Amino acid sequence: MSADSLERLAGAGKGDSTRTMLRVIILLLVAGAAVSSRLFSVIRFESIIHEFDPWFNFRATKYLVANGFYKFWDWFDDRTWHPLGRVTGGTLYPGLMVTSGVIYHALRALSIPVDIRNVCVLLAPAFSGLTAYAAYLLTNEMTPSSSAGLLAAIFMGIAPGYISRSVAGSYDNEAIAIFLLVFTFYLWIKALKLGSMLWGALCALFYGYMVASWGGYAFITCLLPLHAFVLICMGRYSTRLYVSYTTWYALGTLASMQIPFVGFLPVKTSEHMPALGIFGFLQLLAFLDYVRSAIPSRQFQTFLWVFAGSIFGVGLIGLVVATSAGYIAPWSGRFYSLWDTGYAKIHIPIIASVSEHQPTAWPAFFFDLNMLIWLLPAGVYLCYQKLADEHVFVIVYALFGSYFAGVMVRLMLTLTPVVCVAAAIALSTILNTYLKAKSPVPEEHMVDESTDGASKKAAKSGLKASSKPFIGIYATFSKVTIVGAMTAYLLLFVAHCTWVTSNAYSSPSVVLASRMPDGSQHIIDDYREAYQWLRQNTKEDAKIMSWWDYGYQIGGMADRPTLVDNNTWNNTHIATVGKAMASREEVSYPIMRQHEVDYILVVFGGLLGYSGDDINKFLWMVRIAEGIWPDEVKEREFFTPRGEYRVDAGATDTMKNSLMYKMSYHNYNNLFPPGQAQDRVRGVRLPDDGGPVLNSIEEAFTSENWIIRIYKVKDLDNLGRDHASASAFERGLKKKKVIKKKGPRVLRVD
Amino acid sequence: MGGKRKNAAARGVSPSPEASATSSATVTTKVQPKESAPPIATTSNVFSTSTQIEPTTSTTSSTSSKTPATKSLSSAQGQQGWNNVVSNLLAHYQDTTPQRTKLIDAFMAFLVVVGGLQFLYCVLAGNYPFNAFLSGFSATVGQFVLTASLRIQTTEANKSDFPSVSPERAFADYLVCSLILHFFCVNFIN
Repeated sequence: MSADSLERLAGAGKGDSTRTMLRVIILLLVAGAAVSSRLFSVIRFESIIHEFDPWFNFRATKYLVANGFYKFWDWFDDRTWHPLGRVTGGTLYPGLMVTSGVIYHALRALSIPVDIRNVCVLLAPAFSGLTAYAAYLLTNEMTPSSSAGLLAAIFMGIAPGYISRSVAGSYDNEAIAIFLLVFTFYLWIKALKLGSMLWGALCALFYGYMVASWGGYAFITCLLPLHAFVLICMGRYSTRLYVSYTTWYALGTLASMQIPFVGFLPVKTSEHMPALGIFGFLQLLAFLDYVRSAIPSRQFQTFLWVFAGSIFGVGLIGLVVATSAGYIAPWSGRFYSLWDTGYAKIHIPIIASVSEHQPTAWPAFFFDLNMLIWLLPAGVYLCYQKLADEHVFVIVYALFGSYFAGVMVRLMLTLTPVVCVAAAIALSTILNTYLKAKSPVPEEHMVDESTDGASKKAAKSGLKASSKPFIGIYATFSKVTIVGAMTAYLLLFVAHCTWVTSNAYSSPSVVLASRMPDGSQHIIDDYREAYQWLRQNTKEDAKIMSWWDYGYQIGGMADRPTLVDNNTWNNTHIATVGKAMASREEVSYPIMRQHEVDYILVVFGGLLGYSGDDINKFLWMVRIAEGIWPDEVKEREFFTPRGEYRVDAGATDTMKNSLMYKMSYHNYNNLFPPGQAQDRVRGVRLPDDGGPVLNSIEEAFTSENWIIRIYKVKDLDNLGRDHASASAFERGLKKKKVIKKKGPRVLRVD
Repeated sequence: MGGKRKNAAARGVSPSPEASATSSATVTTKVQPKESAPPIATTSNVFSTSTQIEPTTSTTSSTSSKTPATKSLSSAQGQQGWNNVVSNLLAHYQDTTPQRTKLIDAFMAFLVVVGGLQFLYCVLAGNYPFNAFLSGFSATVGQFVLTASLRIQTTEANKSDFPSVSPERAFADYLVCSLILHFFCVNFIN
């Protein structure tokens, strides 16, 4: 192989074992750096599960560890989606939970008593070390110099784009999925290079693991066929491609169908059709290839026309029939939103409402990848120069990944590996060129070139012509300048990564940090305070209604049944909650009674200036509710005639009478001197009219900084009065207040 | 792949009276296997099974040759060329394919037939236990492509493409992959 000979050429006299040793040590150090840079959150805060989805994963893992695998597989969860329940075992990706369950039991078997929480918290950093190693392996397939691989490993280890989803405590599917993604790509390249069934089968197995772990597996399902297709179009069809692709597809598809959540999708949905199409296409190509080798070319042409024409016709008819008869489902909404970024906003507000589904802002690229993003084109260019099969892969991946990263913030994650690989190739080429201490002598370069050409011919990547003029770096000054500049960039990169990690990505968002005037850190722990209150002061089966963002946390921390949670499988149910929040009390109360709601939880940031609160998310609730009940909830009515979204004195009546508004600002005036009530998120002064009055619910708990407010839904009145008059009576008013009253509306039953 | 080739053979042989000059395909298919087999060093086991299989395939082709004889009357220029192509292909196949590879081809043809039957059943009788149909069908498809891969890797002409894969290695890979495949199928069948 050319790699070996080149390496021997370069490392003559140094000894292979020393180099291997060094490589191992460097990789271990890289893994150490990758793990330790993710521990900021543990040091700053504590060993705690972060954000929203991880709380569900954590809860599921606890269930798995407590009840065993089979019960986990058949788990029906009646504590979420309250009246409906959720077939949790069949609607999740079990890879993450099973992985940490296996680790937990393995450590127990080694008599290391660990807490399952610590396994979950530290799983993502541990896998990031493995990801760095996988990036090393993948890059080594691209270029003979192992320095590129080591650079890719360290880039992968500390790039903020990947750290954002894998800090300690971020116990989400992506924690292991990115490792699996990179490793599957490595195995694919390996299988393609060697044309080996075994590597193809390994690739399929890891693909199966990936499918079990993350919905993003569709990225692999689309990328590998695309790579194969590009290779075929470039006239690079080879028997190796046939062997590796068909082995991967046949085994990988079966493996993916083992997951209950995926089930029949691989043969039914359009996302998976490209893979199937390329699979069939390769069969034809293999046959044609055989025929071409068998008969003279003139006859082959006749054969080709007849054969290709008939196959194409049959295939087209089959596809049209299958689609029109409904055997193949059309593309799902999430995928439409990948092509047309405006699609989700118009048609599926629930997808558009998730902040990580928004299109990426330009600075985010630089923020997440720093200098790697401008090394990416250089690396891709270098791949064009060599352009073997594996380099085509990098090019295809870079294009595909950049597009999707531009469409959705979340998919920055899938772009990061290829950016690291390409940047490492570019950077190692620069350093290799400029770091040679000796100035090249013409004779030497002649020799170099001849061996180079010979080995290249052996490796049959003939595009790099041997007639290329030799360019050497002679001046020491330029060498020092370039190497110095590169070192400075690398140091800046490390500094940037550390800064981003410690400042932007290490916040658990369950626990907030702020600075006191003297610079010391102050922890704001309202969430856990409120959830703990729920856990200790409410009945075991008290149903909590909140917006779906907090469903998983309530389930995980407060252990109480919820109406909706972050697994947004039932849009109508979410819209029901949205309607209850957006309507007047008289409308909301029957809805809450029907769903047996005991407590309502809202998040209010007005006192503290916490911007991620429910009033800011309120418009999404309105939109989602409007999608189901367009004549009862209207987004327009929440805006002032001038089109402003206001919460102060200028707010519309619909806004002021909505349950969400009332719950947020209930009693808020009493905190301030009269007329001084201020909402610090929206930066407005609230009207001085005593604040909203609640009749059918009463305040149960408000956390220290007012971030979480919990209300109890009142029972029906003993004397059969409606709530408005009952509370008016209690306030000592003889006459009814001015609140307009209509008969309580009932939830429309479809 | 092999199955398609067999189909092609069956079609190609049909109008053989006109194309008899190039090579008398119908005759050779029957006779040649028995004569060409010995030169290739095969174990007696393999050889005996293969002789049992080969005649059956050739008889299918010869029987089907009689049915579309009327069609050949309307043969145009293109049809002529097509016949040439197919008979050449057949002759090439008979001449250059080792006995072991033919055995593999027979297995692949069998898989195509089984897969076709399953599909036919699915179309005619409905796909009710979809799991069962899917795992059965993908077992045949998967086994087919694996066998095709084995065939490709063990063919002499492809040696240069697979510098690191010896025939023994290919067979070992084949076994491992088949095991994985059937494990998944059995697991999926319900």
